[in-house]
Amino acid sequence: MSDLGGRVLRRERAGVARALTVVERGGEPGRALLRELFPHTGHAHVVGVTGAPGVGKSTLVDGLALEARRRGRTVGIIAVDPSSPFTGGAILGDRIRMQDSVMDAGVFMRSLASRGQTGGLSRSCSASLEVLDAAGFDLILVETVGAGQSEIEIMALGHTTVVVMAPGLGDDIQAIKAGILEIADVFVVNKADREGADRTVREIRNMLHLAATAPPWPPPIVRTVAQTRQGVPELLDSLDRHQTFLQETGALSSRRIHRTGHLLRQAVTELAERRLQAAMRDADWERILREIVAGRRDPEDVAGAILSGEAPRLTGRKEP
Amino acid sequence: MIRVLVAKPGLDGHDRGAKVIARALRDAGMEVIYTGLHQTPEQIADAALQEDVQVVAISVLSGAHPTLVPRIVNLIRQNGQDNVLILLGGIIPEQDVPAMLEAGVAAVFGPGTDTRDIISYITEHLPAA
Repeated sequence: MSDLGGRVLRRERAGVARALTVVERGGEPGRALLRELFPHTGHAHVVGVTGAPGVGKSTLVDGLALEARRRGRTVGIIAVDPSSPFTGGAILGDRIRMQDSVMDAGVFMRSLASRGQTGGLSRSCSASLEVLDAAGFDLILVETVGAGQSEIEIMALGHTTVVVMAPGLGDDIQAIKAGILEIADVFVVNKADREGADRTVREIRNMLHLAATAPPWPPPIVRTVAQTRQGVPELLDSLDRHQTFLQETGALSSRRIHRTGHLLRQAVTELAERRLQAAMRDADWERILREIVAGRRDPEDVAGAILSGEAPRLTGRKEP
Repeated sequence: MIRVLVAKPGLDGHDRGAKVIARALRDAGMEVIYTGLHQTPEQIADAALQEDVQVVAISVLSGAHPTLVPRIVNLIRQNGQDNVLILLGGIIPEQDVPAMLEAGVAAVFGPGTDTRDIISYITEHLPAA
């Protein structure tokens, strides 16, 4: 076990923080650390919290963390914000609304920028989850803006997915259309003290009733006012019930298989991408393209050679 | 990737300057963690620790820098973040600058500083990872 790995397992704040940086950066040091930590994972309940901007996700996560602490559990938080596609920079502002919980030594919160790469977000996010899991946090909350495919992928990394909505934003049904209905294990109607909350609850309920068969876990709809913590204990109860459901039905292990499949696909895609990039940097790249155009090489063969990694210089000219 | 914490300690309620800096740093390709107004030195140091930033940019307009800034610097160093680059902006009278540098601030940027100067200062003085 490396020094850094040991510090993660002892849940040293500075060690966990540095480990997150190392795995987020990726490369061999990140992979080596994850290999070490992996046998120590599998303990945490990972809960994804998603929803449109402005529905109150961060405040809700803050409240959930406090409530879980009150019940004697430790909490890890990862808050994902988008990077600018133009500069790669990001402003990560989720801490603004997480002031109440994050000073507690039993809570560790990290902001994660999406950094733009396709699929890369779910890799760095799942790596971060593994670090927090190995560090022994009981509950890990992952907050993302529910806006696209990558968020749905991140949600697939967790055990329980919470979809947060708020009345009067006009985008409730849009969010449901975007495929979020299928991934939700628990719905939250936040800002439930506002006008229109009943309607939002009704809309979700109607949507759920459209399903042809009754699902084994009918997603509950929880009303909250995150700002005053109203409904937050009930939300945590729902999360606990979902975890129990997963454990009792064996769905937890099938989710773990599913997640592993996802990570494996990710790893293969990344390896293929690295090999392709290496081939494209090769001095012979241009020549090979010309040979394909001239009909002297078969693109499928070249692709196979690149993927197998056996042909960094792609020699072995095919006879015309 | 350069990660920067932009921090507003104390009681002053204006973070326009801090937000301008945050945006400029983001546009320069950095990841900026902004924690909002009214932060205690403890909150700032703990956020710097959890986020594992290389740079902490503190903005003080209230005149409380002689008490707040040395405490923030000390807490950050106590956490073992010896190499974190600590910058100070806002309204810092000329005669206070030496004391701030003495306390461990790397550089002080007053009103009217071109954000490009801050960006190039960061990239030139970034601690090794």
